[in-house]
Amino acid sequence: MVKSTIALTVRKINAQTSVIDIKGDVNAAADAALADAYAQASGQGIRTVILNFSGMDYMNSSGIGLLVTLLVRAQRQKQHLRACGLSEHYQEIFNLTRLNEAIGIFADEAAAAVA
Amino acid sequence: MTSNDEKAHAAWATPTKKMTVGALAGDAVNLNIEGRALHSPLQGFGQMWQRTYRLPLAGSVTPEHVVAEWKAHLPEFMPDDSRFYPTLTGVKPGEAIVINASLPAAPGVAMPVDTGVLVLYSDDTQFTVMTPAGHPESGFNTFSAFEEDGVTIAQIQSLARATDPIYEIGFRLMGGAKQQVRIWRHVLTRLGAHFGVSGEPSIQSVCVDPGLQWSRAGNVWQNALIRTVLTAPARWFKRS
Repeated sequence: MVKSTIALTVRKINAQTSVIDIKGDVNAAADAALADAYAQASGQGIRTVILNFSGMDYMNSSGIGLLVTLLVRAQRQKQHLRACGLSEHYQEIFNLTRLNEAIGIFADEAAAAVA
Repeated sequence: MTSNDEKAHAAWATPTKKMTVGALAGDAVNLNIEGRALHSPLQGFGQMWQRTYRLPLAGSVTPEHVVAEWKAHLPEFMPDDSRFYPTLTGVKPGEAIVINASLPAAPGVAMPVDTGVLVLYSDDTQFTVMTPAGHPESGFNTFSAFEEDGVTIAQIQSLARATDPIYEIGFRLMGGAKQQVRIWRHVLTRLGAHFGVSGEPSIQSVCVDPGLQWSRAGNVWQNALIRTVLTAPARWFKRS
């Protein structure tokens, strides 16, 4: 398996919103780390989890698959999944893969938090 | 632009909303692809499954070599009831692959289905295809190779759900799911044989979402199986 280079930090910014800061590569090797981070981020009372991609180096197609499974988990827990800090290219990839229809894309964390 | 940006631009398909098919060789039937919107698992109807098929390849073959050969010989690894026809450009990001296949429509009865996929992503160690509207499944298939404990593993991972209620019935009750498993095991077995390896691929199935998306039941209007069957007489008439 590809070696994981992802580093994730979970922050709670208010009673209903958590942020996962993503650094490094989002690929198949990030599966367990991303699932753990989501479990941490989606504690009691959390309605929205924001994925902050501003520190992301690279995402391959397996990374998109991970986001789909994360989204299903969020929907099952009746939580919203939002994204911020995506480069223009990855915003286009979200559009191409139609993830943008279920994961709201915002310019920054503040915008994602108030949406 | 950083090296990662350049790598990403080269690996991902150029954004598009509708599929187009480039020049094809041979007798591929290009049907139910042109102009179709792309479907991720989110746009499908049925239960979402992640199925992972793996085959260890002994010897000194590298993941990069495995994937290069896989792309170059993809049609040869497919079984007779699921023919893949890449465009003349090959398995490259943004290119279509035409699929002429058959699906079980009733126990013991197979019906033709002509469809295709888009090469969504391609790098040295993996490539991913994404389905258009009307394809039996909505989602992604990733073909990859990687090293684990000093052994190169070839892997196919699908993340998809049946596109509409008819396909869902087909997958659950008519043997469609078993056929999918057989197809991907066949591909890995043939890939292994290409590298002189014999062995039975392993499979792991996970139901990611057991729910049905009834809001997507209308996908049935673009069902490629129905459209292939309905347009068959006209195509036969044209040929004769």
